[in-house]
Parts: sequence; structure tokens; C-alpha cells
Amino acid sequence: MYKRFLKSVREYKTPTIISLVFITLEAVIEALIPFITAELVNKIKLGASIRTVGNVGLILLVLAMLSLACGAVAGFASAKASTGFAKNLRHDIFSNILKFSFGNVDKFSHTSLVTRMTTDVVNVQMSFMMLIRVAIRSPLMLIFSVVMAFIMGGKLAATFVVIIPVLALGLLAISKKAMPAFRRVFKKYDKLNESIEENVRAMRDVKGFAREEYEKKKFGEAAENIRMDFTKAERIVALNAPLMQICVYANSIFVLLFGSKLTITSQGALLDVGQISAMLTYGMQILMSLMMLSMIYVMLTMSAESIKRIYEVLEEKSLLTNPENPLTEITDGSIKFNDVSFKYSKKAKKNALSDINLDIKSGMTVGILGGTGSGKSSLVQLIPRLYDVCEGEVLVGGRDVREYDLDTLRNSVAMVLQKNMLFSGTIKENLRWGNDEATDEELIEACKMAQAHEFIESFPNKYDTFIEQGGTNVSGGQRQRLCIARALLKKPKILILDDSTSAVDTKTDALIRNEFKKFIPETTKLIIAQRVSSVSDADMIILLDNGMVKAVGTHEELLKTSEMYQEIYNQQSGGAENE
Amino acid sequence: MNKPPKMKFKKNVFSRTIKMLFGYYPVLAPVTVFCILFSAGISAIPAIFTQKIIAIIEKWWEIGDWQSASKEIFPVIGILLGLYIAATISIAVYNQLMAYITQGFLCKMRRTMFDGMQNLPVKYFDTNKHGDIMSHYTNDIDTLRQLVSQALPHLLQSAAIVLCVLSVMLYYSVYMTTVVIVGVIVMINVSKKVGGGSAKYFMKQQQSIGKAEGFIQEMMNGQKVVKVFSREDECEKQFEKINNELYEDSRKAHSFANILGPIIGNIGNIMYVLAAIAGGVFILSGIRNISISGMPFSISIVVPFLNMTKQFTGNINQLSQQINSVVMGLAGAQRIYDVMDETKETDEGYVTLVNAKVDEAGNITETDERTGKWAWKHPHNDGTVTYTLLMGDVQITDVDFGYNEEKTVLKNISVYAKPGQQVAFVGATGAGKTTITNLINRFYDIADGKIRYDGININKIKKSDLRRSLGLVLQETNLFSGTVMENIRYGRLEATDEECIEAAKLAGADDFITRLPDGYETELSNNGANLSQGQRQLISIARAAVKDPPVMILDEATSSIDTHTEAIVQKGMDKLMEDRTVFVIAHRLSTVKDSDVIMVLDKGEIIERGNHEELINKKGTYYQLYTGAFELE
Repeated sequence: MYKRFLKSVREYKTPTIISLVFITLEAVIEALIPFITAELVNKIKLGASIRTVGNVGLILLVLAMLSLACGAVAGFASAKASTGFAKNLRHDIFSNILKFSFGNVDKFSHTSLVTRMTTDVVNVQMSFMMLIRVAIRSPLMLIFSVVMAFIMGGKLAATFVVIIPVLALGLLAISKKAMPAFRRVFKKYDKLNESIEENVRAMRDVKGFAREEYEKKKFGEAAENIRMDFTKAERIVALNAPLMQICVYANSIFVLLFGSKLTITSQGALLDVGQISAMLTYGMQILMSLMMLSMIYVMLTMSAESIKRIYEVLEEKSLLTNPENPLTEITDGSIKFNDVSFKYSKKAKKNALSDINLDIKSGMTVGILGGTGSGKSSLVQLIPRLYDVCEGEVLVGGRDVREYDLDTLRNSVAMVLQKNMLFSGTIKENLRWGNDEATDEELIEACKMAQAHEFIESFPNKYDTFIEQGGTNVSGGQRQRLCIARALLKKPKILILDDSTSAVDTKTDALIRNEFKKFIPETTKLIIAQRVSSVSDADMIILLDNGMVKAVGTHEELLKTSEMYQEIYNQQSGGAENE
Repeated sequence: MNKPPKMKFKKNVFSRTIKMLFGYYPVLAPVTVFCILFSAGISAIPAIFTQKIIAIIEKWWEIGDWQSASKEIFPVIGILLGLYIAATISIAVYNQLMAYITQGFLCKMRRTMFDGMQNLPVKYFDTNKHGDIMSHYTNDIDTLRQLVSQALPHLLQSAAIVLCVLSVMLYYSVYMTTVVIVGVIVMINVSKKVGGGSAKYFMKQQQSIGKAEGFIQEMMNGQKVVKVFSREDECEKQFEKINNELYEDSRKAHSFANILGPIIGNIGNIMYVLAAIAGGVFILSGIRNISISGMPFSISIVVPFLNMTKQFTGNINQLSQQINSVVMGLAGAQRIYDVMDETKETDEGYVTLVNAKVDEAGNITETDERTGKWAWKHPHNDGTVTYTLLMGDVQITDVDFGYNEEKTVLKNISVYAKPGQQVAFVGATGAGKTTITNLINRFYDIADGKIRYDGININKIKKSDLRRSLGLVLQETNLFSGTVMENIRYGRLEATDEECIEAAKLAGADDFITRLPDGYETELSNNGANLSQGQRQLISIARAAVKDPPVMILDEATSSIDTHTEAIVQKGMDKLMEDRTVFVIAHRLSTVKDSDVIMVLDKGEIIERGNHEELINKKGTYYQLYTGAFELE
């Protein structure tokens, strides 16, 4: 798993190595400094001349400057390495998400994908930085300090042989106990935040039902619950500080007691005052680096969850892939469904579509009717391969859609979705999604066909009008017509309108269909609609029910043969009749 | 997701945080502070005793008489041991207390914020992005946690140690202390510069993350469109730009933060050398020492002094590392306080809804039991109380309204709905249909005119009681995590399972619910993501049905149900609307055809009113809408 992550370091390998090298250097220098200071103290104690003191001082100064330089270089390098790593990680996740098929996206929720790319990546970034800054430095400091302590303190250093394992075991025990507690808390914490989001979203319902007090109580309970768990977990971690302190103090008592005895009994032969104070300093350093190591351990385990979540996205393989030798040309807009069955996930008990057989000739206008959940959208989504069939095959231009290059296929099949989306940007920019190279004339032509030109012209900025995120500043009907124009610009062989004129009035709806007939007769047009009036003049109407084809035929034929069609027609007759 | 960084804080952010901490924990917080100060103070004192021991060793090592030396050393070590034990205990205590207080504080902050949020007017939620509101609970609370649990205690501790060490240093030598103080001034200035730069970029980084979040969100929502148009490469390019900005800010922020430590640490090393040289110079030159202790310059002063210099600079380093947390924590606190300080929904209503009993003479009395009848309890200035039976009579007279002062959305609206009548609103998007219903349940307050409910001005009715008497089904269906049953029961918490199922049957939802894997006990999550839009609407209709209110507002309640299913639901809806005053906003004119009166709205004004036949005969706007000559949305 970690290997996959290391791949994302890429061009930031150099700063990573630089930072490792300089941090090592800094650590070496820092370990040397107490050694020199002990020397300095001894020199002063022995009554050396200012010049000698100055000389040793100078060495110290040089070392300090060197350490500063190394520290600065390492600081810059590690910042660059870790943030660069995070950048690459975000890039890798995003480009993989873009490759996802809908089947993949349905697996992760949108919010979870966003959190994975932000919070989780930041967690990994911090751990990475910790790792390159401390993971080498701390053990190094530890080894160095222990070695120095033995050189300086001789037998006295035996104290560390006892203290280090005690502290290490203690810290390990604490983090071992704290980790599962934290993991539990974070799960609950996610749930709490979900419930807040729910409340924010459903505020009108909460107020409408006068449920404020109820929600407060519910939230209060959840928050208290989390507080208890959190407190428990944090209190375990809080044991770190006293444990650490006990070790530091035990060390200094030991050094003072036995150090003084050793010094005095040996009359300074085995140990001197300078060495005692050096021992105290090294003791501190050793324990600090142990503390750091335990912190890394905690951080890494904490971000293990983030790493796992990111890994899931990185390793998710798109369910839809290009075939090996893809076809890059589509001959015509004919569509054929042969014994097609489809369900959204393997686990689903019910098929979304079963045993679909259809034969649509190029250039036909086909209407698709059916109730909610009858499988209309599922049916058309198989054509541009937004999903793959489970059984049977879908043919476009006489070839299985799975044989085509995905881009070729999707460029020839334009689809206006039920949930229309415009993006923040001008109308022109949005339209050019259909065709980047489209001239202004082509834009206008498409908009005229989609009956959008007129209202665009009525805006003060015309085609340069800025569309807000989600297209909230144009009406539903206008948005739908813009989306149709955008699809037309692709000059597709197959045009699919998935309930995309629901907000357009019947008259304009009819006008759009007329334009289609007049200007793009060779394009196969699939129209999903709620209104019978939108499809009554189609060459073929497909009536879906419960994922199966209930009836196929023209308006007149179906009126005669299909009871369900008559029922729908009669319900809607009213406005539509008077047309 | 994040508001632009505010480097300037309102003055009271810090003091308010402290005040709240002490307010919530009037005993524990001071105890914690005491423990922190105690452990800080106590950790400076051992240096004196260490020095004493070294002095004793100095005295005895050439003689080598351990017997006599130990008599002097043991008592000092005894004192040290005592101090150490006291320090360890106080550290243990304050760390435990801190864990307790931090979580308690955060919990209280969350709850205060949440409780406050529940009382905010709908306007707040209409004008603030939901992501922004959410980030107060996640990002801002997180920074606050850093501030309270890490930065504040460290700040306090380091400051206390610095002060203690400083006084001990003065105890030894004023001259040498001056050398150290000069160094400290340099350190403080450097921390300000470097630390401030780091904080600035950290704030910028937060902003860039917000931007990236927004972009990802938009692309996720529009993913199908991206796919259908094969725009993956362009998307990636756009993201690359945002990603790079984030990287730059983040890199700078971390660079500053990373180099602060080495800079301060090495200034500390330099100070150490300077102090050593100064000490040497002082000893050799034989200058008279000025100090509290009155000791002359000697090795036994310089050595412990040097150790203290290390401790001193080490703590300044600690202090400087907290700058980021403090700045970000205060920014987070500020945003949280902004939410808490939002003006709450006002409610001067004093008329309440009570269970009522009506005797044969028609007198209404209040009762505790559920009688199925309700009455408005109206206390008057003179102390008398009158009861009005809840009927569902709504009168809107000459109402004007605008969401902001510049733009009036409704002009001169008058609508009279008698109990049991069905009133429909039709008109284009933005004509003001939903706005009228927003006014009836007082999500917004009217600017001019009057709305009366059973003859009572709705401003006099307690909001929660007013809303209890109104059923609401919105176009956008929001369900809560929990079972289907719990979601239906949301309408009336006391409702039995049978009543909930009855309501579901009425709404035509029973059929699909029983086919769900666990029937009524099926868990819903993510706003009922596993259900279709139409099914969710059916549940929300059932939820309103179980509430059983005299007045119903149906705002595009059936818009996501296809005509086939609607025909099935219609029967339930008809039953639901029976004997109730109903306000209907509908997209499909077929759903409003049978209404007692239809109001055609245009640009905030009622331009036509009457029943279906009357309006058709009039051949006006309604006729054109009905025949499809006009667009509805």
C-alpha cells in the first residue's frame, strides 16, 4: 500500500533526499554542541584565559551557524517535498476520479471523495513531513546521544539502559491503548458532522415541524456522548507527559547521586563536573527523541485511516476501459439492443433493465415513456457507455459499443441529462463544452435550433452572460434549452434527450422538435418524456414498465393496442389536446 | 468553504474565549491554571539545587571524602526528590484536567452553536452556503481545539517558566541576565517576522483548500456531463491550476514554520556562547557581581547560569512554535462567535395552541389529554384568557414583502382561505408563489399588511405553535438518517407505529415501503440516497399526513412523481386534503385544476383569480398557460 504512495513523490524526490541529508547533518551538529559546551564549561572552570574560552566559543558559534544553515535548508526542502507530495497525490486522485465510470462513483459519495482529497491528503502530508523530518533525526539523535553519554559518562550512562526501555514500553503501551479509542471517536465524530449537515440542509423541515427542541436534544446527546469518548481517549494520551517527566527526573537524580559519588571518590579521575552536566543534557536529549518517536508512531497510526481511504480511491479501477484495438469511426446512428439486462450493482436484487430488444434505424425519432423507476434513464445511459450491460449487447452503427474508443463513442452520442448541469462561466464557455472550435455563428445556429437564441439575446451581456455555479441564474426552461444547444454543437450521430424539455412549454417543445426534423434529419433522436405530447409524433414510441419493454409502436398503434398507454394519455389529455 | 482570512481580530476574541472557559469551568479552569503555573515554577527551581550539588562536588572532589560530602549532598537530593514528586503530580493532574476541560469546552461550544443555529431565521440558511456553515463545526472547532488544548497551556507554561528562570537568573547575576535579555529581544522579533509570515500563509492555505473543495464539488456534481462531453482533460487542466496555487501557499506556510525552530534554537546556541564568554570575562576581570544572591562571580554561578540560558531559550522556542495555532485558533474562534452572535429568530408570540374540549353549549375548555380538537389560547392584557377553536381559516390582506429592502417580491397580495378550501398558486419561477407560503409559516416576516389565522394576527402566535398547526411538503425533500418509520414519525413524535403506517397508506407510500429490504425498519442515510426522488416525496407526504394539521402547504409536492404514480397518489392526496385548508403550488396544472380558487401570480402580483372554468373562460394568462402557449418555469 505504501509503495503506491511513494510513486506520487515523483519530482519531489530531490527535496526529500536533501531534507533527509541536511536533517541528519543538523542532528550531528546538534549532538556535538553539548560536547563542546562541556568543554567550554571545563575551560572556564580551569580558569583558562579569555582567549581559550573565546576559541572554544568560536567553534560553538561556527557550529551554531552550520546547524542553522542545515536547519533552514532542511526546513525549506521538507516543506517543498511534503507539500509537493500532497499536490501530486491530489492530482493522482483527481485524475483517477475523472477516469471513474458511474459505477465507480456510485460507490463513493461525493462528500467522501471531497474529504479524501482535502482532509485526508493534508493528514498524509503532515505525516510525510513528520516522517522525513523526525523519523531519521530522532533515532539518530538517540543513538548519538547514547554513544556520547557512554563516552562522557562511562558507567554512569548505564542509567539509560534502564530508563530507555521503561519509557519506550510505557509510550508504546499508551499509544496502543489510545489508538483504538481514537478510531472509535473519529467514526462517531463523522456521524455527528453528518447529522449537523442534515440539519442545515433540512432546516425548513425542522422549523416547519417545530422540531428545534427535539433536534437540540438529539444533538446534545450525541455531542455529550462524543465528549465522553474523546475525553477518555485524550486522558490516556495525557499520561505521556507525567511518564516522560518521571523518567527525566529519575535520570537526573541518578546522575547527581552517583555522579557526585563517583567524582568525589575517584577525586575527579573517573568523572568531573563538566561531564555531570553533559550527562544531564544528554539525558534530556535522549528522552526527547524517544518522545518524538512515540509522537510519530501516534501520528502515523492516526493517519493510517486517511492513507487507507486515499488508497481506496487510487486503486479503484475504472469499470469501463477502452478495448485494445478500438474502432474510431461510427458509420451511422442506428441502435440495437439484443437481449440486454442491466443492474447498477452486483448486489442489487432487482434488474434495472431486463430482456430489452430494440431495433432503431439511423435518423429515427424515438420517444420513450414510462413511470418513475421504469428504467428510461438506465436504458439510454447504456448507449454512450456510461454503464456497461450485464447481459446481451448494445450495438451502435452495427458494432458493439464496447468495441469503440470511448471518446469516439461519446463524441458521436450527445446526451442531455435529466439533471442538467451548467458550470460557472459564460454562456459561450458553457456552449463550447460541446465543441471547443465552434465559431460564434455555429453557436448561434445551435441556440436558434434549441430555441435559446431569443432569450440569450434578451440578456444585457448576451452570449457573454455569466452563469452561476449550477446555473441558478437562468430559469429551468432556459437551462434546459442551453443544455440542448450545447449537445447540438457536438453534431452528434445520436442525440438523447433525457426528460430535458420538462420545464419548457409545450409550444417551444414542439418548435424544438420541428427544428430537429428540419435540420438534423440524419441524426437518431431519442426523447425521454413525461408528456405524451412530446413524443406523439415520433417514428417509434417505447413504453417501459418495471425495466421491461411493455409496448413499442407509433402513437396511433399504441392508442389502439396498449392499455397502459391509453391510461397515460387520458390522464394527460387536457392541455395537450388543445394544442 | 472558508471566508477570507482575517488577520485583524476583534479585540475581545481572546478574552471572550478565556471568559467562556472560566465560565464553563469556574473551579476546574483555575485549578488547571494553578497546576500549570506550579509545575512551571517548580521546574525552574531544581536548577538551584543542582547547582548546589555541583558546588558541593567542587568543594570535595579534590579531598575525595565521600563520607563527609554525602552528608551535605543527601539533604539536597532529598529536597530535589520532593520537588520532582510535586512537579510530576501537578503535571499529571493538569494534563488530565486539560483533556477533560478541552473536550468539555468543545462539546459546549458545539452545542451552543447548534442550539443557536436552530433558532436562526431561515434567511440565514438561504443566504449562507451550507458548506460554510458546516466548516464552523469541523475546521473552526478543530482550530479551537488546538488553541485550547495545546497553544494556551503551552503559552502559559512557557511564559511562567521564562519568568521563573529569569528571576533565578537575576538571583545569580544581573550582568549576565542582560546579555540573555538582549538575545531574547532578537528572538522575539524574529519569531514575529517568521511566525507571522507562516500564519499569513496558513490562512491563505485554508482559503486555497476551500477553493479546491468548491471546484471538486462542482465537478463531482457535474460528473455525468463531464463524461458525456469527454471533457476530462480540460477538467484536469483547470484543477492543476488550483492545485498548484494550493501547493504554493502550503509550501510557503510550512517553510516558514519549519525554519522558525532552527533559527530560534540557534540564536539560543549563540546566546549560550555569548553568555559563556561573558561569564569568563566577568570571572577573569574580577568585576563585582550585582545579584540578588550577592554571590561573587565564580564557576558555580556561570555553569548553572549557562544551563538556565538553555532552558530559557528552549522555552522561547516553544512559545514561538505556538504562534500558528494561536492565530488560526483565534480566527476560528472569531468565526464561531460570529455564528453565535447572529440575530436569532424573534418570537413575541404569546398565543399558544392547546388541546381543547368543547361542551354542548359550545364552551371551549383547555385540557391535557389529546382530544383531537385544538384551540388557540389567547391571553389578554386585562388578564382574561379567550379560546378560539383551531379551524384553519387563513386571511392574507394587502401583504407586501421583499427579501431585501431594495426589491419587493410581493405586492398587495390578498388571499382568503376558508376552512376546508383549496387555494392554488400558479405562475412562473420567481413570481412569488413559494414566498407566500414562506410568510404563512413565518419563515420570513411580512413588511406590510396582515395575515390572520382563525382571526388572530399570526405575529401574536407563538412560532412553534403556528408551525405545529401547518403541514408542509416541500419540493426539495429532506429526509433524516434513521429508519423509514422514524422519518414518518418526525411529523408527530407521539404517533404510534399503526398511525405512521396508516399515514403511509394514505400517501400511497406503503406499497413501496413494504417492498424495501427491511420494510418500515429500513435505515435511510444520506438523505435517503437509496430511494428514488419520487419515493422520497411520498415519505415526506406521509410525514405531513401523520402530523394531521388543519392547514397544509404543498409546494410542488408531487413534482418528482410521474403522472402514472401521481394518479395513485392523487387518491391519497385527495383524502389528505379533505376537510383541510390547503395551499397548493404546482407545476402541472392538472394537479390544481380542482382547486376552489386558483391565483395566477406574475412578478409578485395576483393577476388573475377564480376557479378553473372561470379562468379558462376568461381566456387570459391562465388559459395560455393551460394550453401551453406560455412557459411555466
